[in-house]
Amino acid sequence: MPYIEMPKLSDTMTEGTVVKWRKAVGEPVDVGDVIAEIETDKAVMELEAFDGGTLQEIYVSEGGKARIGEKLALLLAAGEDAPQKDGQAAKTQQVNPLAGSPSRTSPAPAKAEKAAAPVSRGRVKASPLAKKIAGAKRVDLALIQGSGPGGRIVARDVESAPVTPAAIPTAAAAIPVLPPGPGDRRIPLTGMRKIIAERLLASKTQIPHFYLNIEVDAGELVRLRTQLNEHLEKSGQGKLTFNDFILKAVVAAATKVPRVNASFAGDAVIEYTDIHPSVAVAVEDGLVTPVIRQAQKKSLREISEAVKDLATRARSKKIKPEEYQGGTLTVSNLGSHGIDSFSAVINPPQAVILSIGAIVKKPVLNAQDQIVPGHRLAIGLSADHRVVDGATGAQYLAELRGLLENPAALLL
Amino acid sequence: MPVITYRKALNDALAEELARDENVFIIGEEVAHYNGAYKVTEGLWQRFGDKRVLDTPITEAAFIGLSAGASMLGLRPVVELMFWSFAYVAYDQIVNNAGCIRYMSGGQINLPLVIRGPANGGTNVGATHSHTPESILANNPGVKVVCPATAYDAKGLMKTAIRDNDPVFVMENTLLYGETWEVPDEEYLIPLGVADVKREGADVSLIAHGRAVITSLQAAEILAHEHNIHAEVVDLRSIRPLDEETLLRSVRKTHRAVLVDENKPFCAVSAQIAATIQEKAFDDLDAPVLRVCTLDAPAIYSPPLEKLQLPTPERVVEKVLSIA
Repeated sequence: MPYIEMPKLSDTMTEGTVVKWRKAVGEPVDVGDVIAEIETDKAVMELEAFDGGTLQEIYVSEGGKARIGEKLALLLAAGEDAPQKDGQAAKTQQVNPLAGSPSRTSPAPAKAEKAAAPVSRGRVKASPLAKKIAGAKRVDLALIQGSGPGGRIVARDVESAPVTPAAIPTAAAAIPVLPPGPGDRRIPLTGMRKIIAERLLASKTQIPHFYLNIEVDAGELVRLRTQLNEHLEKSGQGKLTFNDFILKAVVAAATKVPRVNASFAGDAVIEYTDIHPSVAVAVEDGLVTPVIRQAQKKSLREISEAVKDLATRARSKKIKPEEYQGGTLTVSNLGSHGIDSFSAVINPPQAVILSIGAIVKKPVLNAQDQIVPGHRLAIGLSADHRVVDGATGAQYLAELRGLLENPAALLL
Repeated sequence: MPVITYRKALNDALAEELARDENVFIIGEEVAHYNGAYKVTEGLWQRFGDKRVLDTPITEAAFIGLSAGASMLGLRPVVELMFWSFAYVAYDQIVNNAGCIRYMSGGQINLPLVIRGPANGGTNVGATHSHTPESILANNPGVKVVCPATAYDAKGLMKTAIRDNDPVFVMENTLLYGETWEVPDEEYLIPLGVADVKREGADVSLIAHGRAVITSLQAAEILAHEHNIHAEVVDLRSIRPLDEETLLRSVRKTHRAVLVDENKPFCAVSAQIAATIQEKAFDDLDAPVLRVCTLDAPAIYSPPLEKLQLPTPERVVEKVLSIA
């Protein structure tokens, strides 16, 4: 196969942007060489060569986009000839991967029919049976994460997937837009912005959200953190953030109320054994949610280090798909942005998201009904009512409150 | 029901058919006076005499050629090969003469010839005594190939083979001769081309023939107890004709197939099964069809190494887990 095609580098990716070609036309390429940098909806990934040879021709220049499976470049091994062209495969032309190689002659009507089929997501690895069931159930395989070997979508994944409508209307399609006037800027959607738009619209329209809010006495948490960080600073170690404590508490509380660590799966609810919190990280023009795997087995320090590492790499877009996929609940903290409280939109297919505000100093009534200064932290829980009911959410928040108000337990 | 060895079941089948039809005779190296290299023909010469049970020199091409000729004239020879590996020197007689004659004569000449004997490895008798010729023989239209895995199947299939009007090759397995199974006293026949589900299961189909069926049953036991995976074991029994319906029904039920085969992998019987499954049950597959074959090298003389070379229950379990 002499063509280098746009690979599918993440589950939600439909197209990618060639950020940079690391090899020039005429340059030799060895197997495993990085030939280009590709921006997906979430990150910039390195594209490695599967075959060796010489880079003969580049079809998509830097900054150009291509859908999955479209040809990016021509790589010829020694002694290999360029495939014949019939004039159709002009340099800049993007070839529909379903229409077959341009040099192949096939009956025109069949070709047109195939090209018109609404398959734009490129190759999804699924078993034949999974594909058959998906066809019958009208489930979009591109939205399903495979649990089979090598991430293959198998029958059980499709059977447990929620039935999705054939097409999720995008905001732009559903609502008329005020056209730009002179001097206005029209900014094309990046892959990431498009995915955020699609997924969160689906979340808000398809998931019955409800919201619970609590205010936690964070006095003890502030004291403990100050004390710990003084010690850590002296010993030259990195400081702990409030978010580290909150994450630890969120995970610990979820071990007590496992129902929140779950997904709605059409005809069942899946409660996950491991708790993989996604941590919402703002990046340039968007949001990435790196995942801390098996956080229930990690100490406060380990969680802190994992977050630091993932967030740094997320901001520089050096994060791999497996590092932001498969989270089981999300924590979104806008405290450092000065937000007191808010209600987040659920990150599907998870059942809950926690909205963490800033720790605010304010007058509170103590047990003796005296007004005293206190540290308060507002926490919101947005929950999928199909999975979590009000009482369950309340129980979870009570656990969370207990841990945050007695934070020393989090050090154990 | 009496419990008898695989060897005794074959011996009973031969004795019953010799008694039933005077056209049946047995021929091969040491089948008469010595009672057969593996004692399958024990007592037959004493009972049926020199004309019905005949010793030959080491001349496979000659006595198979003779038998093909005899069967064209109405006799029903049952040839014993000391090892199926020795059949290769008579490939011309087996395939060119026996296999083609009915077709080439426009159906005027039947060729009721049975060739039987031990095949496959596992007895540490070296590369030239351990071949698995079922795939190369089944490749030829005009012949029938059966591989019984139990004493019950061995007896029923052998009797049917002797009564069949085409050349039928019965591949026995040396390692099974001493194993015992329940076999009824009353006469029964097992039709050629009918597979048998040896164990029911819903999660994966283990499809095998010959001794690989036993390996598969052992693997199914481990899978059920240690992994809660319920394997269905399909015993093909007959390679040609092949009971596609039964094996496809099983794959359509379990959606996964692991083929267990004592052939070497290249162009093996299991390669044919894999092709059949993907061609006819593609949309029912939830995983690639995988195979556990004899490792692709001439049979190893060293006993521990040959044991590793053949499919083991552990290797089958490993393959199943890789697609579970």
